[in-house]
Amino acid sequence: METKRETTPAIQLSGITKTFESVIANHNINLTVHRGEILALLGENGSGKTTLMNILAGIYKPDSGSIAIDGNPIVIHSPEDANNHGIGMIHQHFKLVEVHTAADNIILGDKKLGTFLKASRRERIKELSERYHLHIDPNKKVYNMSVSEKQTVEILKVLYRGADILILDEPTAVLTPQEATRLFEILRHMREQGCAIIIITHKLDEVMAISDRVTILRKGESVATVNTRETDVHKLTELMVGKAVELSIERPPVSHDGNLLEIHHLSVRNEDGVDALRDVTFDLNQGEILGVAGLAGSGQKELCETLAGLMKPYAGAVLYKNENIIGKTPAEIIKIGISMSFIPEDRLGMGLAASMSMVDNMLLKSYNKEKGPFLKRKGARALAGSLVEQLQIVTPNIDTPVRRLSGGNVQKVLLGREIESNPNVLITAYPVRGLDINSSYTIYNALNQQKEKGVGILFIGEDLDVMLELCDRIMVLCHGRITGIVNAKETTKEALGLMMADAAEKKEGKA
Amino acid sequence: MKHIGEPFVRVVKKTELSGGKLTLLSLLALLLAIVAGGLFILTLGKNPFLVYQSIFSGAFRSPLAIQGTIKIAIPLLISALAITLAFKMKFWNIGAEGQIIMGAIFASYFALFHDTLPHFLLLLLMLVAGMVGGGLWGLIPAFFKSKFGTNETLFTLMLNYIALYLIKYLTEGPWRDPSSSGFPKIATFAPNAQLDKVLGVHAGWVIALLLVVFVFVYLRYTKQGYEISIVGESQNTARYAGMNVGKIVMRTMFLSGAVCGIAGMTQATGAAFTLGESVAGGVGFTAIIVAWLARLNPFYCVVMTLFLSALQKGSSVMQSAFGLSTYVSDVLQGIILFVILGFDFFIQYKLVFRGARKK
Repeated sequence: METKRETTPAIQLSGITKTFESVIANHNINLTVHRGEILALLGENGSGKTTLMNILAGIYKPDSGSIAIDGNPIVIHSPEDANNHGIGMIHQHFKLVEVHTAADNIILGDKKLGTFLKASRRERIKELSERYHLHIDPNKKVYNMSVSEKQTVEILKVLYRGADILILDEPTAVLTPQEATRLFEILRHMREQGCAIIIITHKLDEVMAISDRVTILRKGESVATVNTRETDVHKLTELMVGKAVELSIERPPVSHDGNLLEIHHLSVRNEDGVDALRDVTFDLNQGEILGVAGLAGSGQKELCETLAGLMKPYAGAVLYKNENIIGKTPAEIIKIGISMSFIPEDRLGMGLAASMSMVDNMLLKSYNKEKGPFLKRKGARALAGSLVEQLQIVTPNIDTPVRRLSGGNVQKVLLGREIESNPNVLITAYPVRGLDINSSYTIYNALNQQKEKGVGILFIGEDLDVMLELCDRIMVLCHGRITGIVNAKETTKEALGLMMADAAEKKEGKA
Repeated sequence: MKHIGEPFVRVVKKTELSGGKLTLLSLLALLLAIVAGGLFILTLGKNPFLVYQSIFSGAFRSPLAIQGTIKIAIPLLISALAITLAFKMKFWNIGAEGQIIMGAIFASYFALFHDTLPHFLLLLLMLVAGMVGGGLWGLIPAFFKSKFGTNETLFTLMLNYIALYLIKYLTEGPWRDPSSSGFPKIATFAPNAQLDKVLGVHAGWVIALLLVVFVFVYLRYTKQGYEISIVGESQNTARYAGMNVGKIVMRTMFLSGAVCGIAGMTQATGAAFTLGESVAGGVGFTAIIVAWLARLNPFYCVVMTLFLSALQKGSSVMQSAFGLSTYVSDVLQGIILFVILGFDFFIQYKLVFRGARKK
C-alpha cells in the first residue's frame, strides 16, 4: 500500500455531481484508483454506482466535478473517448453479437483495421489471451458460449482496445461460485500486470475476497473509502446502509404438513424444441419455501411457466390436490388457486402492464370476476392504496404508470397483488433481483407470512446465501434435471455450487 | 479542444411531456407546417396569405362549405376510430381501406336487391351487413395472425387490393347496371335505400359521433377494452393473466373491421348513392394518420379529422380560385401532413448538439 500512495492515481474523480431531472444520482463523489489495485465500489441499488461508472465510460457527462487520468485532467465526451484514455467497461448485460465469433466481436468497431478483415486479426487476440490467461477459442460463435466465456470475450474486447483501467459492473451476478473464483484469478493476474480495476458489486464476501480498497456509496454520495484488510463485513454493511441491518433472514418453522403440488416426471421442450426440463419430479408442501437454485437458463423459466399453464409439457403430470392440472388453461389454473408471481429478467414484460397505473395492474387477474361488461376499478383502487401503505411502495400516486417506478417498487406492486389474491401456491422467480436490502427484507417477510399461513412457495432464486437462510428445502436444477433436493439447514453454499455446475462439467466430459 | 468521437448531433429520449407542453408542441408543429407549405406556395409565385385565407374560407365560408367539410370528415372519423381499436392492441391494421370497401359491398347488396323493404328496416339491414362485411374482412388477417403468426401489416394491405378488384368485378359483371349504356357502372340506389339527411348532411355524422363515445367508453371502461390494452402492452402479460390472446385479437379485429364497414355503408348509401371503386378513396390510409396524430384518443380523432377535412375541402376551393392544378393542393396537403408527422419525433426525442452542456 505504501508504495502506491506515492504514485499518481490512475483515475481520480473529484466532486462528481450528476442529476437526472430532479433526482440526484451522484453528489460530490470522490474516488481514486491506482494501477495495480482492485477497488470495490460498494453500494445498495440506486446508490449511484452505475451512474458514476457510466460517467467514467463516457456514456453520461457529469454536471460538475473533474476527472484526472494519471494526474492529467481530462473531459470524457463519448465512449470512444473513454476508450482512447484506456478506460474499458464490462457491462452487466453483455453487448455481444451472438451470431459472430469471439474474434469478430472483439475487433468490432476497431477503425484501425482498414476496410478489409485480415486473418492476422486473430493473432493479437491470441497474444492478449495468453498474456492475461483468458482462455477462449477466437473462432467460437458467441451463441455457443457459456455465460463465463461471454464475459471473457467482453474482457478481451476492452483489453484489445488498449484499456488498462477496467470497470466491471456486477461481474459475478451471472456466474457459478466456481466461475467467479476463476474470474477473480484473472482479475488478480491483471492487477499484477499493472491494470487498475474497479469492480461494482453488492456482494460483501466478494468485496472481502478480491479488493484492496473499498469505496462505499450511499444515496449518491461517497461515504467512505477503507482498506479491505482493515474492515469486515459488518462494518461495510453499516457503511453501506447507514445503519446496522440484521443480516440474518427469519425462517419460521414449518407448521403445516401435507403436500400441495406433486410434480411427476415433467418434461418440457422450449420454443426452440430443445429439452428444457427432463424428468423433473418433486413435491411442494404446504407452508414451506422450496428454493430452486441453478444457473440462469437451467429450466427455471420453463418450470414456472409449465406450472402456471403457459407451457405444455410433453410428458409428466402436475397434481394439485390429486387433480392433474396439465392441459388446463391459465385462467382455469388461476381459478383453482395457483397464483404465479413470475418475474423474468424483463420484469415488466409478463406480470405487469408497464404503461398502466397500479390500479389497472391490480385488475390483471381479477378483472373478469365481476359480472357485466364494465370494469370495476373501485376495489382495485382500494387495494392499490392499501398496498402502498403495507409495502411502503414509493410512487407519486396510484395512477402513475408502473413503468416509472423503481425496480423495487415494481416488484412490490407485483408481489403485493399476488399475495392479495390469497393463493395456495406462490411461485416467485427472482423476487429480489435488483432490489436494495430494505426492499428485499420487505419481500422476505411477506413470503414468510404467506408460508406461515400454509401457502406453498416455490422460490426461484440466485443468491445462495439468501436461499440458505430463507428456504426450508433447496432443489438444484442443472440443464433441466434435478441434481439434488437438500435440506437448507444441512447444506453449504459450496455443496450447492457443485450441484449447479457438477453436471455441466460431466456433460462436457462426455462430449 | 478536440472532442474525439462526439457526434455533431445526437438523439436523446425525452421524459414524458405534460399535457400543456404537448399542446404547445402540437401547435408549434402546426405553425411550422403552415410555414413550410407557405414556402411551397411562394415558389409557385402566389401569395401564401391569400392562399391560406382561401383555404380557410373554402372550408368554412358558408353552410354549404361546412357541410362539404363534414361530408369529407364522416368516413375519415369513423375509420380513424376503427384503426384506434386495432392500434391500441398494437395490431397494425392498415387494411381499413379494404374493410370499408367490403362494408360498402355487403350494404350495397341490400340497397340493390332488397330496396322494397321498409326504409328503416332496410337501412338497419344495410348497417348490419356493412358491419359484417367489414368485420369479416378484418377477421381474416386476425385469424391467420393468431393461428399461424402471419404478419398483419402485409396481410391487411393485400386484402385491400382484393376488395378493390372485387368491386371492379361486380361493376363489370354481376352487378352491372343493365340500363347504363357503354361505361359499366352499378346502378344508383333507389331513394328508399339512401341514408337520410340530418341538418343538411347525411346521417353518417350522427353515427360517427355516437361511435366516438362508444369507442372511448369501450376502451376505457369495459373489460374487453382492458383486454385490448393488456394485449397491446404485452402478449405475455395477457397470457399470464389468463386471457385468450387469439380470441381477443380476432374479436377486436372483427370490431375494427365492422366499424370500417360502417364507414363504407355510410359512404355508399349517404354520399355516393351507388357502389364505385372510389367508395373508400384512400380514406383508410388517411385515417391511420388521423388515429396516430390523435394518439389513439377518440376525442382527439374528432379534432384531427376536422383539421384534415377542412384542409382537403379548402384546398379544392383554393386550387380553382387560383387556377392551380389539382396536384398542387395535393402537394400542399402532403407537405403540411409531413411536417406535422415529422414533428411527432420531437415529442419523444430531442436533439443534443456537440458541445452543448446541460444546465
